[in-house]
Amino acid sequence: MISIKGLKKSFGDNQVLCGIDQEIKKGEKVVIIGASGSGKSTFLRCLNLLEQPNGGHIYFDGVDITDPKNDINKLRQKMGMVFQQFNLFPHKTVKENIMLAPVKLGLMTKAEASAKADELLARVGLSDKADAYPEQLSGGQKQRIAIVRSLAMNPEVMLFDEPTSALDPEMVGEVLELMKELANEGMTMVVVTHEMGFAREVGTRVLFMDGGLVQEEGAPQEFFSNPKHPRLKDFLAKVL
Amino acid sequence: MNFITFAKWLESAPQWIVSLPEWCSKFIYQLYQTFVIEDRWKLFLGGLEMTFIVTIGALILGVIIGMLVAIIRSSHDLSRGKPNIILRILNKICKIYITVLRGTPLMVQLLIMGFVIMVPKTNLETVFCGILTLGINSGAYVAEIARSGIMSIPAGQMEAGRSLGLNYVQTMISIILPQAFKNILPALGNELIALLKETSLVTTIALTDVTKAAQVVTSRTYDAFVPYISLAVIYLVLVMALTKLLGVLERRLRAGDQH
Repeated sequence: MISIKGLKKSFGDNQVLCGIDQEIKKGEKVVIIGASGSGKSTFLRCLNLLEQPNGGHIYFDGVDITDPKNDINKLRQKMGMVFQQFNLFPHKTVKENIMLAPVKLGLMTKAEASAKADELLARVGLSDKADAYPEQLSGGQKQRIAIVRSLAMNPEVMLFDEPTSALDPEMVGEVLELMKELANEGMTMVVVTHEMGFAREVGTRVLFMDGGLVQEEGAPQEFFSNPKHPRLKDFLAKVL
Repeated sequence: MNFITFAKWLESAPQWIVSLPEWCSKFIYQLYQTFVIEDRWKLFLGGLEMTFIVTIGALILGVIIGMLVAIIRSSHDLSRGKPNIILRILNKICKIYITVLRGTPLMVQLLIMGFVIMVPKTNLETVFCGILTLGINSGAYVAEIARSGIMSIPAGQMEAGRSLGLNYVQTMISIILPQAFKNILPALGNELIALLKETSLVTTIALTDVTKAAQVVTSRTYDAFVPYISLAVIYLVLVMALTKLLGVLERRLRAGDQH
């Protein structure tokens, strides 16, 4: 579904991604872990071109999204993204947040988008917050709404950029629970996270990034019980 | 010219005015002269109309120019890495525009537009010239105000919009600008008030605004006190009304996000 070839990205003199090759298949739940500064967030943000790569190619459903001739806005409609800081639109109600993109992009009528929003809100148990503003929600609620906002576009893949890192500890659970549900329904997911429990339980493949490269990858069972790369051993010893 | 001296006027005045202390009856005489004789209040009313036309016209033009320049400037400043060549050229032009328009007095700009560049012949052309000059001038100030507003919105808002598939312009219009507008409303209100007062300078290109009306009346009555004090009061009342209106608008917009 997503094919990454020789992906490179630098900020000025700082080489963040040093040529990454990856293949993400439909239905996979790829979890990316690594120390801060390892390039994992940059890698994720390159997948929908929030960061413009300096080299390499990314193919999404066979289309090279790094080719300027291809309409990235069209492609992004199929790639949902969830941010660490939620990034809900503070001047719009919860429901308006969810309806905005589908309606503005002409994918749904207002009535259709409204029905879809109601359905999604009911699903995450936040129907009573439909007319609230983001400021009135807790962190966990905000992040669930942010996930729902992406889902309203019926994406083929969801990218999660440290979705629980800005949350109070007691709110992490509700967000992970929703992500697990999505995973069980077969959504293709790429998740950058520090939640090792989530990686172990939900991930179908775990990547360890360090120094701008994927240093080790594997199924979570093998990955966590038998790490090979010394940096990964070191990292796991610190976080587990 | 229909000029009556104070003494003559007092002869035909009603008894209650004559019986007032002299400074008081003199003041009534001056008011009478300024507003009533020859229906001079119509001059003020006509001038007021012109002031409104020029203010509103310049406001609309200024906001349009200001927004465009602000979007170009902030797109340039916020783009990571080296912005593309077209954006760099546009940014340069905008910077020159802002520097020149903020660096020269409005009075001088009016003189140049009115007597060098446009040289309007008809009344309509003069109005157009006035609106154009003030609008272009105001645009330079609005641009910097709007730019600060756009840049105050966290980058995550643009990213969230783009990640949903909206393009740059769509995200700007439905996500960034509404939030920026709310943030800059007080500063924008200041600019609008300044603009309203600055329209008094259009008398230099012979537009008959409310200031001109006061000047005309003064030249006929040989009395400057009442016309000019009245003029000041008129501007003050307008500005106070405008301030009130902006306050209401601000509260309306704030209602959305703070509970």
